[in-house]
Amino acid sequence: MEEIISQIFQVGFFTAIIRIATPFVFATIGELFAERSGVLNLGIEGIMMFGAMTGFSTAYFTSSLWLGILAAMLTGMLMAALMGFLTVSLGLSQHVSGIGITMLSTGFAFFFYRIIFGQPSTLPNIKAFTPVGIPVLKDIPWIGPVLFEQTTLTYLAFAVVPLAAFLLYKTPWGLNLRTVGENPHAADSAGVSVSAMRYQGLIISGALMGIAGAYLVMVQFNAFTFGVISGRGWICIALVVFGQWGPWKSAAGALLFAMIDALQLRLQASSIIDLPYQIFLMMPFVRAMMAVEMRAPAALLIPFRKEER
Amino acid sequence: MSNPDYLLSMQGICKSFGAIQANYNVDLNLSEGDILGLLGENGAGKTTLMNILFGTYQADEGKIMVQGSQITIHSTADALGFGIGMVHQHFHLVHQHTVLENLLVGEPGRMGRLDFSGARRRLLEIGEQFGLTLNPDARVSELTIGEQQRLEIIKAIFGDSKILILDEPTAVLTPYESTGLFEALRALAEGGLGIIFISHKLHEVRNVTNRVLVMRAGSVSALVEDTKEVTESDLARLMCGHELNPPKKNTSKLGDTFLSLSAIKTGDSTHQKLKGINLSVQGGEILGIAGVSGNGQKELADVIAGVLSHTEGTFEVKGEIISKASPRLMQKLKIGRIPEDRMTTGLVTSLPLYVSMVLPWIRRSIFSRFGILRKNEILSFTSKMIKRFTIQATDPEVKTGTLSGGNLQKVLLARELAFEPEVLLASQPTRGLDVAAAEFVHRQFLSLREKGAAIILISEDLEELFALSDRIVVMYEGRIAGETKINDASVEEIGLLMAGATLGA
Repeated sequence: MEEIISQIFQVGFFTAIIRIATPFVFATIGELFAERSGVLNLGIEGIMMFGAMTGFSTAYFTSSLWLGILAAMLTGMLMAALMGFLTVSLGLSQHVSGIGITMLSTGFAFFFYRIIFGQPSTLPNIKAFTPVGIPVLKDIPWIGPVLFEQTTLTYLAFAVVPLAAFLLYKTPWGLNLRTVGENPHAADSAGVSVSAMRYQGLIISGALMGIAGAYLVMVQFNAFTFGVISGRGWICIALVVFGQWGPWKSAAGALLFAMIDALQLRLQASSIIDLPYQIFLMMPFVRAMMAVEMRAPAALLIPFRKEER
Repeated sequence: MSNPDYLLSMQGICKSFGAIQANYNVDLNLSEGDILGLLGENGAGKTTLMNILFGTYQADEGKIMVQGSQITIHSTADALGFGIGMVHQHFHLVHQHTVLENLLVGEPGRMGRLDFSGARRRLLEIGEQFGLTLNPDARVSELTIGEQQRLEIIKAIFGDSKILILDEPTAVLTPYESTGLFEALRALAEGGLGIIFISHKLHEVRNVTNRVLVMRAGSVSALVEDTKEVTESDLARLMCGHELNPPKKNTSKLGDTFLSLSAIKTGDSTHQKLKGINLSVQGGEILGIAGVSGNGQKELADVIAGVLSHTEGTFEVKGEIISKASPRLMQKLKIGRIPEDRMTTGLVTSLPLYVSMVLPWIRRSIFSRFGILRKNEILSFTSKMIKRFTIQATDPEVKTGTLSGGNLQKVLLARELAFEPEVLLASQPTRGLDVAAAEFVHRQFLSLREKGAAIILISEDLEELFALSDRIVVMYEGRIAGETKINDASVEEIGLLMAGATLGA
């Protein structure tokens, strides 16, 4: 038993948690922006996939990882804008539109990858992001290597959380966004454009989802595979519920989930405990189902139409 | 032509929707300190006119001047910018937000941040100036309906609006709260605002306004320059174009007790909407149930209609104890129901009229046999009902939703009265109906009562309750707060009970 514990609770374990959590933080905060404006963005899984693909391709051909990140962001924003057109401008079902966006984006990702790279015998790869240590802080024992020897993207992810909280709760823009998600009629009668706010919420969500997808191919792996996202987007949907639609709690959920993920990887590797890893994957959903005082934004899923005669 | 003294002047406003002329050549002038009543029946064009002023629609013709200069209003934001604030009939508040947050929606921030301290100051200022006070940090979900409306008014004047529009503001208030509202409006007018008060309640218009603009069929039918010079019946005549003719209530003989509820509760202890209801109703009487909406009236109606089962207490229909209620059982026991929301619970708006007309009766052998509809019988029955209740529908096959509100209500009435119910349960049966349609409904109720049926009338309209009921009970927070015979009842007493006072104190 002691052996297990010592094997698990190494510095490397905690470093892994932060690394695994990063894409979840990006995409979960992204989903949060969309949902607080009243749109459930189920396009997340596909948008992450498409972002991963365009990010990878751009980085591959330009040898610039940051251009890749930019490409992934723009891809996400574009697909999210399409989601906005379907759900906000046309007022279609958010479930159907979201699943449609996921299928379309995933299709695009595979299609363009094949067009560009064909079926290579060895996977094309890129030079991945490397950790950037923050001077002085990285030398703190334990905490230093865990928190301050990560990639720049990770630092960005953890800056996104307070930024999201500030935007949502302290700025007029955030209040308007939340109002649109709770009672669009109230926003409308106060002169706030409901559709503009929802588009903005969605486009931000798309940008962050795109970055999340790109992170996976540029940090976690250094190549693009068709299984690169493998349900991570859906987990972010659950994490938003788990986090009660708040940025801090959602990010905490992402960390918790990453811990469980890291744990199950190590337990599997050590093959001491033989538990199917799906048990761990299930946990956020179980928590989401158990959350009694769950309160989604009141206007989530409801298209807004001005009262017409 | 333009008078710079007017705060607001709308001149020659015309607006049509397809073939319907909603506004024709309407002039409206409002000065500082005015409380202008805008009176008219449903469809008279009041709402269209106000929507034009608030930027929801654009007028086809005519001009709008604010403080002497001509403006065009393309959006709600424009209207707010010109100092026009509106209090909608259905509140536009966010229940999860605090009072301050609600006030700050749509406001520019200070240095990119929400200006909480500025809002707090402004709220205090409004409190001092007009006597409108609220706890700035309370969540809207914690406020009473009257307080929520106060917040709506504060919101409307928050950005220094000079023109305040109120759309049927008393529809949701208790009489006591209404009095408070009127006081606030007078204070606002004294403070230099111009107020437009939209209503079809004559006594309120008489009570609170100093001028009245009466609209009928899209045009101005009269402008009363001094409200004190007209009586309520004058206003009614101007509004409807004819004298009011309220139905007379004859005495009727009380029959057996049809329905009795004792100590009825619903739900578990945490979500208890009915907390012990005792109630009985006899044939030949109309039992009025008063109360501000949300005090359990809907649940009570659901229990009686068999939609919701009670968890405690005894529910008897004609001496038979009902243990497992269902809508079908209640139908069999001849309990008819006119639900609160005719569009969703009552009728199927997307299906033909004949379907809505026979929906509860579809299993009767005259309408179906061996599970197959007998369409000819259904159609001829529907045609018969259209004639008997003078429903304005071209034929039984029209889509239900194309009928007007008054006609939809007639469809419901026709359907429920067709097979002579012994108990009729009616929730807000005249809400949103014009005077003529409401009178029609009232007449039907009274004639049913004379035939010996029992009628339970749930209404927020005290005038209606006093005109029809034999007894009135008041519901407050899931209980019966009091009961009086109609001859002993006073509006004040009922109003106090509705607000939660206990009698005998």
